Amino acid sequence: MPETLVKVNNVSKSYSRDSLEIPVLENINLDIAEGDFLALMGPSGSGKTTLLNLIAGIDKPSRGEIVIGDIVVNSLSESALAGWRANNIGFVFQFYNLMPVLTAYENVELPLLLTKLSKKERRKHVDLALSIVGLEDRMHHYPRQLSGGQEQRVAIARALVTDPTLILADEPTGDLDKVSAEEIMGLLSQLNSEYKKTIIMVTHDPRAADKAASERHLDKGELV
Amino acid sequence: MWVFKLILRNAGRHKLRTWLTIVGLAVAVIAFIVIRTLVSSFYYSAEILPPDRLVTSNAVSFTMDLPMSYKTKIESVPGVNSVAYGTWFGGLYNNDRNNFFANFAVGPDSTYLNAYPEFIIPPDQKEAYLKEKNSALAGQQLVNRFGWKIGDVIRLTGQIYPGDWEFVLRAIYKGDKPGVDETAMMFRYDYFDDHLRETTPGMAGGVGWYIVKINDPSRSAAIAADIDALFKNSTAETLTQTEKLFTLNFLEQMSIIIRGMRILSYLIIGIILLVLANTMAMSARERLSEYAMLKTLGFRPFHLMGLVLGESLFIAALGGIVGLVLTIPINSLVARALMGYFNMIGADILTISLAIIFVLAVGIIAAIFPVYRAVKISIVDGLRNVG
Repeated sequence: MPETLVKVNNVSKSYSRDSLEIPVLENINLDIAEGDFLALMGPSGSGKTTLLNLIAGIDKPSRGEIVIGDIVVNSLSESALAGWRANNIGFVFQFYNLMPVLTAYENVELPLLLTKLSKKERRKHVDLALSIVGLEDRMHHYPRQLSGGQEQRVAIARALVTDPTLILADEPTGDLDKVSAEEIMGLLSQLNSEYKKTIIMVTHDPRAADKAASERHLDKGELV
Repeated sequence: MWVFKLILRNAGRHKLRTWLTIVGLAVAVIAFIVIRTLVSSFYYSAEILPPDRLVTSNAVSFTMDLPMSYKTKIESVPGVNSVAYGTWFGGLYNNDRNNFFANFAVGPDSTYLNAYPEFIIPPDQKEAYLKEKNSALAGQQLVNRFGWKIGDVIRLTGQIYPGDWEFVLRAIYKGDKPGVDETAMMFRYDYFDDHLRETTPGMAGGVGWYIVKINDPSRSAAIAADIDALFKNSTAETLTQTEKLFTLNFLEQMSIIIRGMRILSYLIIGIILLVLANTMAMSARERLSEYAMLKTLGFRPFHLMGLVLGESLFIAALGGIVGLVLTIPINSLVARALMGYFNMIGADILTISLAIIFVLAVGIIAAIFPVYRAVKISIVDGLRNVG
């Protein structure tokens, strides 16, 4: 029986706009096992990206706690969170969020610049990450010289280059055509099955969700 | 190292915008240095005056004459070595106001020239000047301005003393160091005074000022007091002061213009601060999602501060360097354009240091708001922002 890696305990999140309190998540409880590939599904505005952000430690819940491993993420200071994210989280964004002035190689190398690895060691890690996503021959290309699917593969290489505990993907196929989307989903499945990476993916694409090992649905801020 | 690489590449993202900002900074640096150098040049000619020369003028106004009889009395004051004299003429060359330059009558013997050892005159020209009554002596820059040569007849139309006056250029002087005024013309007092006695006798016999050489500069105040005491309660009381102070007081008449130029030089810095701040604010606004992504990866606020501040300082420094390099030829172009009107010196260390300090300060200040935005924006808000 795999151990639970992510525990979301009684988490609620609301945003204040002017004097209005807008609830986004209501009393969420969720356990995600180590090695799982979970698809979080739901319509727009259901709170799935908010939940992903809370798990990633880039946003804080209004109530409840999020425990990853043995760390209560929401109790960490901003500075401690930054360090924790660098070591534990690989994030894949819908719009890739690559630095346009850096090559594919340099984009993948970015998270390693925060480590104490030597240049040679960094090179080894980046080469491996780029080979996993099949872009060794594009390493000196700039994002503008790559297709959308290739850009997303660079983003995935950047997410896994530090060998994180958890990979979080927010609509990773949302900006891609069908063929590229299938390639990306195949890649994420491979990371989960071959490299035993725990992946939480937000999507509203059922075909993408089919590739995941498990699915949870959110609607109006509640798990259904 | 990667920070520098990223700073360089970020600066090169919008090449046109970056270069326009750099050119703007360079122009501002040039304008700042040239304007301040013009201001410094006003004062420099006074700063280099030797401390052993006093000027005695009418206590009521510089424009009022003193009697010629004062010369021997001043010579009798202990500590006085020699006394020369001069009178402002204020003639216009070819009766054209655009041709203005300082011109005045000076004592006909060598006393006046001896009081100004900084004027270098070829001996044969000096001899010719002292021999002929209608001869004139002009500074090299003035000669260059009008293309004069030895032997030329120079016609001045009197603005104070009526009539057309003709002089023959017999000598040209150069300064023995940069900053010595080479834009004036002098001619012999006896020619001037004789002409007045024939045409307007009521204006003859007066002296505008006395140049008093003293033997001990440390006693200048006491000697000046002794001279002024001689003429206390007379019809023409005197005011004696060092030539430096006299010149500075004279320049004080232009203090509003000089102050205006100083203010203008600071305004230029303010304007360029806004230009760079605008460039940096635009860059930061466009990159908010990148800053959010970097924060997601674990980059800290000081990393982002380094990126934004570094880029701002890099652009400012590049603009400053281009400006400083171009200042050298532009300063000499301006000096050449003003030659004959105004004795412009080179930019001094203080001005260049101020320009460097201001450029760096502009780089830092322009980055404050973008740094604040980059550091403060939440990751969630930043990721929502599409550059």
